[in-house]
Amino acid sequence: MAHTAVTIACEEKSQPSLKVGSFELASRLVVGTGKYASYAEMAECLDASGTDCVTVAVRRERLLNTAGENILDHLDLERYTLLPNTAGCFSADDAVRVARLGRELLRDLGNKGSEWVKLEVLGDQKTLLPDPVGTIEATQRLVDDGFTVLVYSSDDPIVAKRLKDLGAASVMPAGSPIGSGQGILNANSLRICLEYLKDGDPEYPVIVDAGVGTASDVAVAMELGVDGVLLNTAIAHATDPRTMALAMRSACTAGRYAFLAGRIPRKRYATASSPESGRIHESS
Amino acid sequence: MSSNEIQTERSMIIFVNGQETQISNGHTAHDLLLDLGFETRPVAVEVNKEVIPRALLPSRVLCEHDQIEVVTLVGGG
Repeated sequence: MAHTAVTIACEEKSQPSLKVGSFELASRLVVGTGKYASYAEMAECLDASGTDCVTVAVRRERLLNTAGENILDHLDLERYTLLPNTAGCFSADDAVRVARLGRELLRDLGNKGSEWVKLEVLGDQKTLLPDPVGTIEATQRLVDDGFTVLVYSSDDPIVAKRLKDLGAASVMPAGSPIGSGQGILNANSLRICLEYLKDGDPEYPVIVDAGVGTASDVAVAMELGVDGVLLNTAIAHATDPRTMALAMRSACTAGRYAFLAGRIPRKRYATASSPESGRIHESS
Repeated sequence: MSSNEIQTERSMIIFVNGQETQISNGHTAHDLLLDLGFETRPVAVEVNKEVIPRALLPSRVLCEHDQIEVVTLVGGG
Protein backbone atom coordinates (compact mmCIF):
# COMPACT_ATOMS: atom_id res chain seq x y z
CA MET A 1 0.00 0.00 0.00
CA ALA A 2 2.80 2.36 0.96
CA HIS A 3 4.58 1.44 -2.25
CA THR A 4 1.52 2.34 -4.32
CA ALA A 5 1.15 5.66 -2.57
CA VAL A 6 4.80 6.42 -3.23
CA THR A 7 4.42 5.48 -6.88
CA ILE A 8 1.46 7.77 -7.33
CA ALA A 9 3.20 10.57 -5.45
CA CYS A 10 6.20 10.22 -7.77
CA GLU A 11 4.04 10.36 -10.86
CA GLU A 12 2.27 13.44 -9.58
CA LYS A 13 5.65 15.10 -9.19
CA SER A 14 6.34 14.35 -12.85
CA GLN A 15 9.21 12.03 -12.11
CA PRO A 16 10.02 9.81 -15.09
CA SER A 17 7.19 7.32 -15.19
CA LEU A 18 7.63 5.53 -18.51
CA LYS A 19 11.04 4.03 -19.14
CA VAL A 20 11.93 2.46 -22.48
CA GLY A 21 15.55 1.41 -22.81
CA SER A 22 17.58 4.45 -21.81
CA PHE A 23 14.66 6.79 -22.51
CA GLU A 24 12.67 8.23 -19.60
CA LEU A 25 9.36 9.96 -20.16
CA ALA A 26 7.27 11.93 -17.69
CA SER A 27 3.98 11.13 -19.42
CA ARG A 28 2.63 7.70 -20.22
CA LEU A 29 0.87 9.06 -23.28
CA VAL A 30 2.74 9.08 -26.57
CA VAL A 31 0.90 11.22 -29.09
CA GLY A 32 1.05 11.24 -32.87
CA THR A 33 1.42 14.39 -34.92
CA GLY A 34 -0.58 13.37 -37.99
CA LYS A 35 -4.02 14.32 -39.29
CA TYR A 36 -4.47 17.64 -37.49
CA ALA A 37 -6.29 20.44 -39.29
CA SER A 38 -3.27 22.69 -38.79
CA TYR A 39 0.12 22.72 -37.14
CA ALA A 40 -1.19 25.26 -34.64
CA GLU A 41 -3.96 22.89 -33.60
CA MET A 42 -1.45 20.05 -33.35
CA ALA A 43 0.77 22.10 -31.06
CA GLU A 44 -2.19 23.00 -28.82
CA CYS A 45 -3.29 19.38 -28.58
CA LEU A 46 0.17 18.09 -27.76
CA ASP A 47 0.39 20.69 -25.01
CA ALA A 48 -3.03 19.75 -23.63
CA SER A 49 -2.24 16.04 -23.68
CA GLY A 50 0.69 16.49 -21.31
CA THR A 51 2.88 14.26 -23.46
CA ASP A 52 6.62 14.69 -23.72
CA CYS A 53 7.06 12.25 -26.61
CA VAL A 54 5.55 12.58 -30.07
CA THR A 55 5.75 10.37 -33.12
CA VAL A 56 6.73 11.67 -36.54
CA ALA A 57 6.90 10.11 -39.99
CA VAL A 58 9.63 10.23 -42.63
CA ARG A 59 8.51 11.26 -46.10
CA ARG A 60 9.99 12.57 -49.33
CA GLU A 61 10.69 16.29 -49.25
CA ARG A 62 8.55 18.09 -51.78
CA LEU A 63 10.59 19.08 -54.79
CA LEU A 64 8.23 21.95 -55.47
CA ASN A 65 6.73 24.52 -53.12
CA THR A 66 9.83 24.67 -50.96
CA ALA A 67 8.40 27.64 -49.11
CA GLY A 68 6.00 25.29 -47.32
CA GLU A 69 6.06 25.00 -43.56
CA ASN A 70 7.81 22.11 -41.88
CA ILE A 71 6.37 20.37 -38.84
CA LEU A 72 9.60 21.12 -37.01
CA ASP A 73 8.67 24.80 -37.04
CA HIS A 74 5.86 23.84 -34.64
CA LEU A 75 7.55 21.32 -32.34
CA ASP A 76 9.63 22.42 -29.37
CA LEU A 77 12.55 20.02 -29.58
CA GLU A 78 13.62 20.92 -26.05
CA ARG A 79 10.24 19.79 -24.77
CA TYR A 80 9.42 16.78 -26.92
CA THR A 81 11.45 13.69 -27.63
CA LEU A 82 10.64 12.74 -31.20
CA LEU A 83 9.87 9.11 -31.94
CA PRO A 84 10.31 8.56 -35.69
CA ASN A 85 8.16 5.82 -37.16
CA THR A 86 8.39 3.56 -40.18
CA ALA A 87 4.71 3.98 -41.00
CA GLY A 88 3.73 3.01 -44.51
CA CYS A 89 6.44 0.35 -44.87
CA PHE A 90 5.31 -3.05 -46.09
CA SER A 91 8.69 -4.79 -46.05
CA ALA A 92 11.56 -5.18 -43.61
CA ASP A 93 13.92 -3.63 -46.17
CA ASP A 94 11.87 -0.46 -46.47
CA ALA A 95 11.38 -0.20 -42.70
CA VAL A 96 15.13 -0.48 -42.07
CA ARG A 97 15.84 2.20 -44.70
CA VAL A 98 13.25 4.56 -43.24
CA ALA A 99 14.51 3.96 -39.69
CA ARG A 100 18.03 4.88 -40.74
CA LEU A 101 16.82 8.02 -42.57
CA GLY A 102 14.88 9.04 -39.47
CA ARG A 103 17.95 8.51 -37.32
CA GLU A 104 20.02 10.73 -39.60
CA LEU A 105 17.35 13.46 -39.58
CA LEU A 106 17.10 13.47 -35.79
CA ARG A 107 20.85 13.32 -35.26
CA ASP A 108 21.13 16.38 -37.42
CA LEU A 109 18.51 18.09 -35.27
CA GLY A 110 20.29 17.08 -32.08
CA ASN A 111 17.14 15.39 -30.77
CA LYS A 112 17.76 12.39 -28.54
CA GLY A 113 14.99 10.53 -30.32
CA SER A 114 17.52 9.70 -33.04
CA GLU A 115 18.48 6.48 -31.32
CA TRP A 116 15.05 4.91 -31.17
CA VAL A 117 12.37 4.01 -33.66
CA LYS A 118 8.73 3.04 -33.71
CA LEU A 119 8.92 0.09 -36.04
CA GLU A 120 5.95 -0.71 -38.25
CA VAL A 121 6.06 -3.35 -40.94
CA LEU A 122 2.54 -3.58 -42.28
CA GLY A 123 0.80 -6.53 -43.85
CA ASP A 124 -1.71 -4.85 -46.11
CA GLN A 125 -3.23 -1.48 -46.89
CA LYS A 126 -6.77 -2.39 -45.88
CA THR A 127 -6.15 -3.49 -42.30
CA LEU A 128 -2.74 -1.88 -41.64
CA LEU A 129 -2.19 -4.86 -39.37
CA PRO A 130 1.46 -5.76 -38.79
CA ASP A 131 3.17 -8.38 -40.93
CA PRO A 132 4.64 -10.59 -38.19
CA VAL A 133 7.35 -12.12 -40.40
CA GLY A 134 8.58 -8.77 -41.73
CA THR A 135 8.29 -7.25 -38.26
CA ILE A 136 10.46 -9.96 -36.73
CA GLU A 137 13.09 -9.59 -39.47
CA ALA A 138 13.21 -5.80 -39.21
CA THR A 139 13.37 -5.92 -35.40
CA GLN A 140 16.40 -8.18 -35.57
CA ARG A 141 18.18 -5.96 -38.11
CA LEU A 142 17.46 -2.71 -36.27
CA VAL A 143 18.46 -4.10 -32.88
CA ASP A 144 21.71 -5.30 -34.49
CA ASP A 145 22.16 -1.79 -35.88
CA GLY A 146 21.97 -0.31 -32.38
CA PHE A 147 18.43 1.07 -32.41
CA THR A 148 16.19 1.11 -29.38
CA VAL A 149 13.24 -0.58 -31.08
CA LEU A 150 9.64 0.02 -30.04
CA VAL A 151 7.74 -2.38 -32.18
CA TYR A 152 4.14 -2.21 -33.32
CA SER A 153 2.67 -5.69 -33.09
CA SER A 154 -0.62 -7.47 -33.12
CA ASP A 155 -1.94 -8.57 -29.73
CA ASP A 156 -0.63 -12.10 -30.36
CA PRO A 157 1.25 -13.05 -27.18
CA ILE A 158 3.57 -15.49 -28.98
CA VAL A 159 4.69 -12.90 -31.54
CA ALA A 160 5.03 -10.34 -28.74
CA LYS A 161 7.33 -12.68 -26.80
CA ARG A 162 9.41 -13.38 -29.92
CA LEU A 163 9.88 -9.65 -30.49
CA LYS A 164 10.99 -9.12 -26.92
CA ASP A 165 13.41 -12.05 -27.16
CA LEU A 166 14.95 -10.42 -30.27
CA GLY A 167 15.77 -7.36 -28.19
CA ALA A 168 12.85 -4.99 -28.77
CA ALA A 169 12.93 -2.37 -26.00
CA SER A 170 9.13 -2.24 -25.98
CA VAL A 171 6.46 -4.33 -27.63
CA MET A 172 3.44 -2.25 -28.60
CA PRO A 173 0.36 -4.39 -29.25
CA ALA A 174 -2.50 -2.85 -31.18
CA GLY A 175 -5.78 -2.48 -29.30
CA SER A 176 -7.55 -2.63 -32.68
CA PRO A 177 -6.63 -1.59 -36.24
CA ILE A 178 -4.86 1.76 -36.70
CA GLY A 179 -7.29 4.64 -36.84
CA SER A 180 -10.30 2.36 -36.37
CA GLY A 181 -11.37 3.83 -33.04
CA GLN A 182 -12.55 0.43 -31.84
CA GLY A 183 -10.61 0.54 -28.60
CA ILE A 184 -9.34 -2.62 -26.91
CA LEU A 185 -10.97 -5.46 -28.82
CA ASN A 186 -9.27 -8.36 -27.07
CA ALA A 187 -8.45 -7.57 -23.48
CA ASN A 188 -7.70 -11.21 -22.83
CA SER A 189 -4.90 -11.28 -25.41
CA LEU A 190 -3.47 -8.09 -23.97
CA ARG A 191 -3.51 -9.63 -20.50
CA ILE A 192 -1.58 -12.64 -21.79
CA CYS A 193 0.85 -10.33 -23.63
CA LEU A 194 1.44 -8.50 -20.36
CA GLU A 195 1.90 -11.75 -18.44
CA TYR A 196 4.42 -13.12 -20.97
CA LEU A 197 6.33 -9.89 -21.53
CA LYS A 198 6.62 -9.01 -17.85
CA ASP A 199 7.33 -12.52 -16.60
CA GLY A 200 10.45 -12.14 -14.44
CA ASP A 201 10.84 -8.64 -15.87
CA PRO A 202 8.03 -6.52 -14.37
CA GLU A 203 9.53 -3.24 -15.56
CA TYR A 204 9.46 -4.27 -19.23
CA PRO A 205 7.44 -1.54 -20.95
CA VAL A 206 4.34 -2.55 -22.88
CA ILE A 207 2.56 0.22 -24.76
CA VAL A 208 -0.81 -0.09 -26.48
CA ASP A 209 -0.41 1.38 -29.93
CA ALA A 210 -3.38 2.00 -32.16
CA GLY A 211 -7.12 1.63 -32.05
CA VAL A 212 -8.02 4.18 -29.38
CA GLY A 213 -11.34 5.90 -30.11
CA THR A 214 -12.04 7.82 -26.95
CA ALA A 215 -10.82 8.40 -23.42
CA SER A 216 -12.33 5.28 -21.89
CA ASP A 217 -10.25 3.14 -24.27
CA VAL A 218 -7.10 4.65 -22.80
CA ALA A 219 -8.38 4.04 -19.28
CA VAL A 220 -9.23 0.41 -20.09
CA ALA A 221 -5.75 -0.18 -21.52
CA MET A 222 -4.05 1.41 -18.53
CA GLU A 223 -6.25 -0.50 -16.08
CA LEU A 224 -5.04 -3.73 -17.67
CA GLY A 225 -1.54 -2.76 -16.60
CA VAL A 226 0.09 -1.53 -19.79
CA ASP A 227 2.78 1.08 -19.22
CA GLY A 228 1.60 3.59 -21.78
CA VAL A 229 -0.68 4.31 -24.70
CA LEU A 230 0.23 5.69 -28.11
CA LEU A 231 -2.56 7.40 -30.02
CA ASN A 232 -3.11 9.93 -32.77
CA THR A 233 -6.40 9.87 -34.68
CA ALA A 234 -8.61 9.82 -31.61
CA ILE A 235 -7.38 13.30 -30.73
CA ALA A 236 -6.71 14.71 -34.19
CA HIS A 237 -10.11 13.77 -35.60
CA ALA A 238 -12.23 14.43 -32.51
CA THR A 239 -14.84 17.15 -32.96
CA ASP A 240 -12.88 19.25 -30.45
CA PRO A 241 -9.34 17.88 -30.55
CA ARG A 242 -7.95 20.03 -27.75
CA THR A 243 -10.64 18.97 -25.28
CA MET A 244 -10.14 15.34 -26.32
CA ALA A 245 -6.42 15.73 -25.65
CA LEU A 246 -7.30 16.81 -22.10
CA ALA A 247 -9.64 13.82 -21.78
CA MET A 248 -6.90 11.43 -22.91
CA ARG A 249 -4.51 12.88 -20.38
CA SER A 250 -7.01 12.42 -17.54
CA ALA A 251 -7.96 8.92 -18.70
CA CYS A 252 -4.34 7.85 -18.80
CA THR A 253 -3.79 9.03 -15.25
CA ALA A 254 -7.10 7.56 -14.04
CA GLY A 255 -6.39 4.21 -15.64
CA ARG A 256 -2.91 4.07 -14.17
CA TYR A 257 -4.16 4.87 -10.68
CA ALA A 258 -6.91 2.28 -11.00
CA PHE A 259 -4.37 -0.35 -12.03
CA LEU A 260 -2.12 0.51 -9.09
CA ALA A 261 -5.08 0.59 -6.72
CA GLY A 262 -6.40 -2.81 -7.83
CA ARG A 263 -9.98 -3.23 -8.91
CA ILE A 264 -12.53 -5.35 -7.06
CA PRO A 265 -13.40 -8.77 -8.46
CA ARG A 266 -16.44 -9.00 -10.74
CA LYS A 267 -19.34 -10.84 -9.12
CA ARG A 268 -22.58 -12.03 -10.59
CA TYR A 269 -24.83 -10.83 -7.75
CA ALA A 270 -25.16 -7.73 -5.64
CA THR A 271 -23.29 -6.97 -2.45
CA ALA A 272 -24.88 -4.23 -0.34
CA SER A 273 -22.74 -1.24 0.46
CA SER A 274 -24.84 -0.16 3.44
CA PRO A 275 -24.98 -2.19 6.68
CA GLU A 276 -27.29 -5.18 6.71
CA SER A 277 -28.06 -4.66 10.39
CA GLY A 278 -30.02 -1.88 12.08
CA ARG A 279 -32.64 -1.43 9.39
CA ILE A 280 -35.82 0.13 10.80
CA HIS A 281 -38.16 -2.63 9.68
CA GLU A 282 -36.12 -5.35 11.34
CA SER A 283 -37.74 -7.05 14.31
CA SER A 284 -35.59 -6.70 17.39
CA MET B 1 36.63 25.45 -75.67
CA SER B 2 38.96 22.71 -74.55
CA SER B 3 37.91 19.10 -74.30
CA ASN B 4 38.26 19.30 -70.51
CA GLU B 5 35.69 22.09 -70.32
CA ILE B 6 33.31 20.15 -72.53
CA GLN B 7 33.78 17.23 -70.15
CA THR B 8 32.92 19.27 -67.05
CA GLU B 9 29.82 20.79 -68.62
CA ARG B 10 28.37 17.48 -69.64
CA SER B 11 25.25 16.56 -67.75
CA MET B 12 23.85 13.28 -66.56
CA ILE B 13 20.56 11.86 -65.42
CA ILE B 14 19.84 10.86 -61.82
CA PHE B 15 16.58 10.12 -60.06
CA VAL B 16 15.55 12.29 -57.12
CA ASN B 17 12.55 11.07 -55.15
CA GLY B 18 11.61 9.05 -58.20
CA GLN B 19 11.79 12.01 -60.58
CA GLU B 20 14.25 12.06 -63.46
CA THR B 21 16.63 14.96 -62.87
CA GLN B 22 19.49 16.37 -64.94
CA ILE B 23 22.63 17.50 -63.12
CA SER B 24 26.17 18.43 -64.14
CA ASN B 25 28.90 15.86 -64.11
CA GLY B 26 30.87 15.96 -60.90
CA HIS B 27 27.94 17.22 -58.85
CA THR B 28 27.99 16.11 -55.24
CA ALA B 29 25.01 15.26 -53.03
CA HIS B 30 25.56 18.63 -51.36
CA ASP B 31 25.45 20.40 -54.74
CA LEU B 32 22.14 18.69 -55.40
CA LEU B 33 20.70 20.04 -52.14
CA LEU B 34 21.87 23.52 -53.15
CA ASP B 35 20.20 23.11 -56.57
CA LEU B 36 16.98 22.09 -54.88
CA GLY B 37 17.16 24.88 -52.31
CA PHE B 38 17.20 22.35 -49.47
CA GLU B 39 20.60 23.07 -47.96
CA THR B 40 19.17 24.70 -44.86
CA ARG B 41 16.12 22.49 -44.57
CA PRO B 42 15.81 19.52 -42.22
CA VAL B 43 16.43 16.71 -44.68
CA ALA B 44 18.25 13.41 -44.84
CA VAL B 45 19.73 11.99 -48.02
CA GLU B 46 19.97 8.45 -49.23
CA VAL B 47 21.99 7.47 -52.32
CA ASN B 48 21.23 4.06 -53.77
CA LYS B 49 19.59 2.96 -50.50
CA GLU B 50 22.52 4.06 -48.34
CA VAL B 51 22.06 6.96 -45.91
CA ILE B 52 24.74 9.62 -46.39
CA PRO B 53 25.48 11.54 -43.17
CA ARG B 54 25.12 15.28 -43.64
CA ALA B 55 28.83 15.92 -43.08
CA LEU B 56 29.71 13.58 -45.93
CA LEU B 57 27.35 15.08 -48.53
CA PRO B 58 30.00 17.46 -50.01
CA SER B 59 32.35 14.57 -50.68
CA ARG B 60 29.74 12.25 -52.16
CA VAL B 61 30.04 12.64 -55.95
CA LEU B 62 26.92 11.51 -57.77
CA CYS B 63 26.97 9.11 -60.69
CA GLU B 64 24.73 8.54 -63.69
CA HIS B 65 21.41 6.90 -62.77
CA ASP B 66 21.96 7.24 -59.02
CA GLN B 67 18.75 6.85 -57.07
CA ILE B 68 18.49 9.67 -54.53
CA GLU B 69 15.95 10.05 -51.76
CA VAL B 70 15.65 13.38 -49.98
CA VAL B 71 13.34 13.05 -46.99
CA THR B 72 12.09 15.15 -44.13
CA LEU B 73 9.84 14.75 -41.09
CA VAL B 74 6.08 15.06 -41.38
CA GLY B 75 3.18 14.49 -39.03
CA GLY B 76 2.50 10.83 -38.29
CA GLY B 77 1.26 8.41 -35.68
